[in-house]
Amino acid sequence: MPEWVCLLKAGVINAKNAKKKLFCMKYESKVANVSQPENMKVGDKLIGQAPDDRGHFGIYGGKFVAETLMVPLQELQDAYEQYLTDPDFIAELDADLQNYVGRPSPLYLAEGWTRYLGGAQIYLKREDLNHTGAHKVNNTIGQALLAKRLGKTRIIAETGAGQHGVATATVAARLGLKCVIYMGAVDIARQAINVYRMKLLGAEVVSVDSGSKTLKDALNEAMRDWVTNIDDTFYIIGTVAGPHPYPAMVRDFQAIIGREARQQIQQQAGRLPDALIACVGGGSNAIGLFYPFLDDKEVTIHGVEAAGDGLDSGRHAAPLCAGRPGVLHGNRTYLMEDDDGQIIETHSVSAGLDYPGVGPEHAWLKDIGRAEYVAINDDEALQAFHDLTRIEGIIPALESSHALAYATKLAPTMDKDQIIIVNLSGRGDKDIHTVAALEGIEV
Amino acid sequence: MSRIKNCFDKLKTKNRKALIPYVTAGDPDPGITVPLMHAMVSAGADIIELGVPFSDPMADGPVIQRAAERALAHHVSLRDVLAMVAEFRQQDNATPVVLMGYLNPVEVMGYAVFAEAAIQAGVDGVLTVDLPPEEADELVAALKSQQLDPIFLLAPTSDDERIKLICAAASGYVYYVAVKGVTGAGNLDVRAVADKLAQIRKHTDLPVGVGFGIKDAESAAAIAAVADAVVAGSALVQKIEQAAAQHDRIKTEIAGLLMQMRAGMDV
Repeated sequence: MPEWVCLLKAGVINAKNAKKKLFCMKYESKVANVSQPENMKVGDKLIGQAPDDRGHFGIYGGKFVAETLMVPLQELQDAYEQYLTDPDFIAELDADLQNYVGRPSPLYLAEGWTRYLGGAQIYLKREDLNHTGAHKVNNTIGQALLAKRLGKTRIIAETGAGQHGVATATVAARLGLKCVIYMGAVDIARQAINVYRMKLLGAEVVSVDSGSKTLKDALNEAMRDWVTNIDDTFYIIGTVAGPHPYPAMVRDFQAIIGREARQQIQQQAGRLPDALIACVGGGSNAIGLFYPFLDDKEVTIHGVEAAGDGLDSGRHAAPLCAGRPGVLHGNRTYLMEDDDGQIIETHSVSAGLDYPGVGPEHAWLKDIGRAEYVAINDDEALQAFHDLTRIEGIIPALESSHALAYATKLAPTMDKDQIIIVNLSGRGDKDIHTVAALEGIEV
Repeated sequence: MSRIKNCFDKLKTKNRKALIPYVTAGDPDPGITVPLMHAMVSAGADIIELGVPFSDPMADGPVIQRAAERALAHHVSLRDVLAMVAEFRQQDNATPVVLMGYLNPVEVMGYAVFAEAAIQAGVDGVLTVDLPPEEADELVAALKSQQLDPIFLLAPTSDDERIKLICAAASGYVYYVAVKGVTGAGNLDVRAVADKLAQIRKHTDLPVGVGFGIKDAESAAAIAAVADAVVAGSALVQKIEQAAAQHDRIKTEIAGLLMQMRAGMDV
């Protein structure tokens, strides 16, 4: 007798709840049956524990790709592990981050905004001041150096808002590598300035017209390119998703955000912060800030997803808050999907958060309770965009505005001597047209 | 004995190679699929690979991507595909049917529930293209417990170690992807395929099917000379697209191409 019939007879499930119940049980049993690091509790040492050598963060992550990519992914993993401990590679990376990107990025106490909110002190990690205007370049610098070491002559990437595309085109231009960027047709229309920037930098921008014509489809198309051109091409994934080793590799390149912030806050405030906040689309800026703090259990961690028109509207991009586990783009993680397992279209005012999946490490941090994930809707993000601009003279990216909006909720609930670090992951220049259009202004 | 093993055993006694057409279930509309499956068998198909439409077909080229989009416009789900196989089985209890698709619809249904439903519908094998053996233990166990054959891909990039790993997990047959690329890619190098098949056969007695880049009688014949099975997908799906939802024309065009391939292979 099949398992579900037994469960039905035993009254554990009924016709109404069967699907959800069976699904939950399947994952609960997976979580229960595995040893380290899946059943780790908050407070245990987390840094360096995940992923395992097959790329698993608990039940998440892994390598879910067609066979042709398995050997290239192993080669990438070997190269990455080798160079991560190679003094020459690290020296070159550090020099580029310092002299080309402009690191370390400042940690800035936003006194005006802190007074305005009337609660915890808010520090902004200024990733918006990096070369190219966002955190994305931390990763593209690292992966491009790897590509050079591996002798690859062609770089490809997917992009949503265009920030990762620009950051990739930038490093490709500098290293003299051919560069092709895949971008959904919908995103091309709403991020015209970044499209032009990429072209100026010498990249070919390919419009993707399949599926929902956004970031997820651009990722599909980049994967198809990679599988076809594996011999000479390096695929720079822009977020902490995709098949292993990408989630771990991108995290390690982005973790410089958190390492700097951890040191800076101790220099400036003499102690660790009470809370961290970052926006989560795929989740690379968030994991970059969070990771070095994972073992500081007194620091609470808050990831902010895009609630779009609201979680109840169905028009959002919040898989951790309102999705469920599944497999897409090479990894198991929380997804926005329907009852048939088809990926559903997402909505967010910010193109960079408009993605139906999320990095597997975030899925794991949610399940083990180390991080909390919340969602901020379009209107709240836009309000924060305006507030920060007017009060601090800093125009934030719409993505980062989601993290700022959550700070406006969290800070007033905290004492004045407490500290929040918000990752200001990018600057808002690219979003000026979007914001103006929403307000009926022609720029 | 599984229908797939039975099929290959029978073909072997006749010294023939298997012709395996692929179509996406529900393309261009759900009504065509079962009649088309019967038409393909009449035209010389030995095994049918039935595509389960998925919203994000990462390993497919534009032709099969569009097929999935047409099917999904009719909301064709994994359960609908299983119902089509059950309907096919009412008239054909001999031709093996292999479901080919992506993991997520199976993942959402649940492996055990899926395997149970698939065997009851009359499915024989399951190929999830984005599931390498490293991640497949649970699904393989669920499939094997229902006597379903897990079919796996081999690629030009697979080394000896991976060939061993894949063949150990597979049953029924293994599917060699003849070119680095997505479905519908061109430039089949028959000599390179022959060399790789020799390498694969050092590690397994399973029949080896070859697909990607087979589009006419000539390429089918060339591959049949070195492989145990010839898989044709995009060339057929392209015929469906061109026939613009006219069911009779779809059946005639597909049957015509399959008969040409069959004739080329049987020379």
